[in-house]
Amino acid sequence: MAIEVRIPTILRNLTGGEKAVEGSGATLAELISDLDANHPGLAERLVEDGKLRRFVNVYLNDEDVRFLGGLETKVSDGDTVTVLPAVAGGMR
Amino acid sequence: MRFDSLLDSLGGTPLVGLPRLSPSPDVRLWAKLEDRNPTGSIKDRAAFYMIEQAEKDGLLTPGCTILEPTSGNTGISLAMVARQRGYRMVCVMPENTSAERTQLLRMWGAQIHYSPAEGGSNEAVRVAKRMAEEHPDWVMLYQYGNPANARAHYETTGPELLADLPEITHFVAGLGTTGTLMGVGRYLREHRPDVRIVAAEPRYGELVYGLRNLDEGFVPELYDDSVLTTRFSVPSDAALKRTRELLQEGIFAGISTGGALHAALGMAAKAVKAGERADIAFVVADAGWKYLSTGAYEGTLEEAEQRLDGQLWA
Repeated sequence: MAIEVRIPTILRNLTGGEKAVEGSGATLAELISDLDANHPGLAERLVEDGKLRRFVNVYLNDEDVRFLGGLETKVSDGDTVTVLPAVAGGMR
Repeated sequence: MRFDSLLDSLGGTPLVGLPRLSPSPDVRLWAKLEDRNPTGSIKDRAAFYMIEQAEKDGLLTPGCTILEPTSGNTGISLAMVARQRGYRMVCVMPENTSAERTQLLRMWGAQIHYSPAEGGSNEAVRVAKRMAEEHPDWVMLYQYGNPANARAHYETTGPELLADLPEITHFVAGLGTTGTLMGVGRYLREHRPDVRIVAAEPRYGELVYGLRNLDEGFVPELYDDSVLTTRFSVPSDAALKRTRELLQEGIFAGISTGGALHAALGMAAKAVKAGERADIAFVVADAGWKYLSTGAYEGTLEEAEQRLDGQLWA
């Protein structure tokens, strides 16, 4: 089972420069711990005290996981997870 | 319709149906044409309310200098009002915004201080906050944290939507300062508790996020995630594609509107799948004129996407 995870530039030092890596798990929390096994340090940059860090946004198929179920959000094969730093929108 | 002045004509914008893009007679899309505001964007509402409030509070008096971090539209709105009322206007704007924005700001007499492209609007906010400290006599209205921004939408945009579309089930808008979503969202929820409030957040290329440290991100002070039902991240290619699809309905919109339409269509598809009725209103934040120089409307989508890479389009 493979889930594609897109990694922001700032974290690519942990993925050997890879823009996207693959992982597995039934929930986002499991996926992150699976990724951390192959890319040590990644989990710590994303999660703090059992929650996503404040300035980290994680999207499952472009939808913000904070509105889906947070770290307990169900993920499955073929999903795309995108990690991005929080930024101010534009327009504006 | 007759008004005493241009500013008195603020708001009251049309809500138009999209018969071609709506998936079915039971799942309908509605576009709120905010380009029909005095300077051509939804930001006129927030800008006007913020200036009025600052005048009421005695913060702004003739001759004052207004400072604001903006990627364009808010600056343009503020600069127009500032010129009429005798304020000096200084905008902090990321350098990777369209050429038209610079021209319009200068046309209204604003002074522009460019912030580096890397980091986009976050960097503009940071630079503006630093300048505000250096110039304590300047007035930073600060759209990201000014309650008058959200109040403008609570008192005007929200009531207009409910009056025109009492059966509204979803409201979709771009997420920047979050003022539109917070203000409209709170108003609609008071009157339609089940309404779904959906944010469409622009997702840019590497450049904009490139150097952002995950510990120094930025969440606008106005943002309250309990108002939102969900939030989508819309990549540039999807926003461009949807912006072009709107042309089928005769609507020539800016690129962020394509982002909002993308999220609106996502919610529409969910409603169709669930067999539910839906009336989905989304915001056309501005028209396409200010983005012509980006090449968003010509050539293939792939070409347009390449030209847009690294530019702030919302």
